Amino acid sequence: MSDFQSRVVDLVVIGAGPAGLAAAISAKKNGVNDLILLERNNWLGGILPQCIHDGFGLEVFQEPLTGPEYAQRYIDELKDLKIPCFLNSMVLEVTPKKEVFVASPEGLFCFIAKAIILAMGCRERTRGQICIPGSRPAGVFTAGVVQNLINLKNVMVGRDVVILGSGDIGLIIARRLTLEGAKVHAVVEIMPHTNGLPRNVQQCLIDYDIPLLLSHTVTEINGLNRVESVTISPVDENLKPIKGKEQRIPCDTLLVSVGLIPENDLSKAFGVELSSVTAGAIVKENLETSVHGVFACGNVLHVHDVVDFVTLEAERAGKSAAEYVLGKSQKMDRIHVETGDGIRYVLPQNICTDADLELSIRVLCPGESVSIGFFDDQKLVKTKKFVKVHPAQMIKVKLKKSEIMALKTLKVEVLQK
Amino acid sequence: MKKEIICIGCPMGCYLTIDYDGKTIQNVSGNRCKVGLEYAEKEISNPERTLTSTVRVKNGHLPLVSVRTNKPLPKGRIFDTMDLLAKVEVEAPIKIGDQIVENLFGTGVNIVATKNVSHKG
Repeated sequence: MSDFQSRVVDLVVIGAGPAGLAAAISAKKNGVNDLILLERNNWLGGILPQCIHDGFGLEVFQEPLTGPEYAQRYIDELKDLKIPCFLNSMVLEVTPKKEVFVASPEGLFCFIAKAIILAMGCRERTRGQICIPGSRPAGVFTAGVVQNLINLKNVMVGRDVVILGSGDIGLIIARRLTLEGAKVHAVVEIMPHTNGLPRNVQQCLIDYDIPLLLSHTVTEINGLNRVESVTISPVDENLKPIKGKEQRIPCDTLLVSVGLIPENDLSKAFGVELSSVTAGAIVKENLETSVHGVFACGNVLHVHDVVDFVTLEAERAGKSAAEYVLGKSQKMDRIHVETGDGIRYVLPQNICTDADLELSIRVLCPGESVSIGFFDDQKLVKTKKFVKVHPAQMIKVKLKKSEIMALKTLKVEVLQK
Repeated sequence: MKKEIICIGCPMGCYLTIDYDGKTIQNVSGNRCKVGLEYAEKEISNPERTLTSTVRVKNGHLPLVSVRTNKPLPKGRIFDTMDLLAKVEVEAPIKIGDQIVENLFGTGVNIVATKNVSHKG
């Protein structure tokens, strides 16, 4: 690729959403001076500028902020620290030798980096990925696209809406559409529980009398040019639609809000080992991936429910990348963390440290007064009790240095009552 | 009377049961902290919500600026406020915190910008 201008740098951060911003800032504060931040869009902050609702920042700033306000705090800091940022710049390829090929308005570059932080975020699952049968009319959107159209572009998408998926994004967009004059006829959820926070069920659905249909799914989209109705059905315990119980809801718009997938095409192509559960990289506690000197954080690593946790994780990735660049000693993986009953995943997947660390844990089912057990070779070494657990809420558990030093293996499991 | 609501004070989302008579609360259960108690009292006496939305911008690098109420607004005023905001247009540049509408319907609640919008070009 001889048309690319080569440039040696200490650190390249890919993506300038909340993760990339915090990672770049943290790396700079921890001593990396020669770094660049790459962003394919023409703005900083990623998805935050379109998330105009409040509730961001409670953990980091102890005050409720809207998405644009939260982003601006990091954008201001990035500018104060004079961290160079390339906008409208698309990373074409990353190689295992940590060469980052970029197409930008300033030209084609090959950044030869000592370390890389992956912060590309995630994208929405679409209608195609969940295979909803029916015709292919206009009026089927993902929730994030609708949020973008309404909140950034002043484009309204429809009048009579059905939303499939009750994660926080689905709930928040239901309220937003209602405020903007649409009628949301139902939020349809295949699981027997909502995947959003209970408080969003209250302030986004109950406040506006929007029906939530649990254990239901959309089984057909009807309409030729524009959506005319959707068919919904209750599902059995195996999540299969029950025949003969279908009902039709007339509507002109269907929103699918059915999950997010870490955007790891770049990572996969240069050999970063991915987890089949999180669809993000497999990392050790310093957030280093299977490729030395390559770190991952934010939604490209695993989908977070709170941006504050993205920021905190990205700050750790920035610090780890700085330590790597500055030549601090590296350790080998010592323990592979296993997941047992009731646990969807635990991050990091590998532990090599002998210092305090924090595990991020996601459970499979909601529950009250739940105990999570930590086993070393089938021996219960630690128990942590929770008043309430929910798949939509990441659990953080701290392990002390002394606890980790004593471990040979580690398995995390929800304990039976 | 009995009312069941979910506390919106934090991500925990406690399910509250409020026993009340008119606007007097007799008992609140299900809350795990005093935020739930205060929220329950507000829900019975004068429910409030923070409202976020957008207003149109003239000559801005974006067509809309995001806005919020500077403090919670009486719930019954939410749709009135949306109708009012639909008619508002502001001129760029706008800075976070700029006041967009003052004293909504005499409630003492203001609408402020939550985004910087620079002048076009």
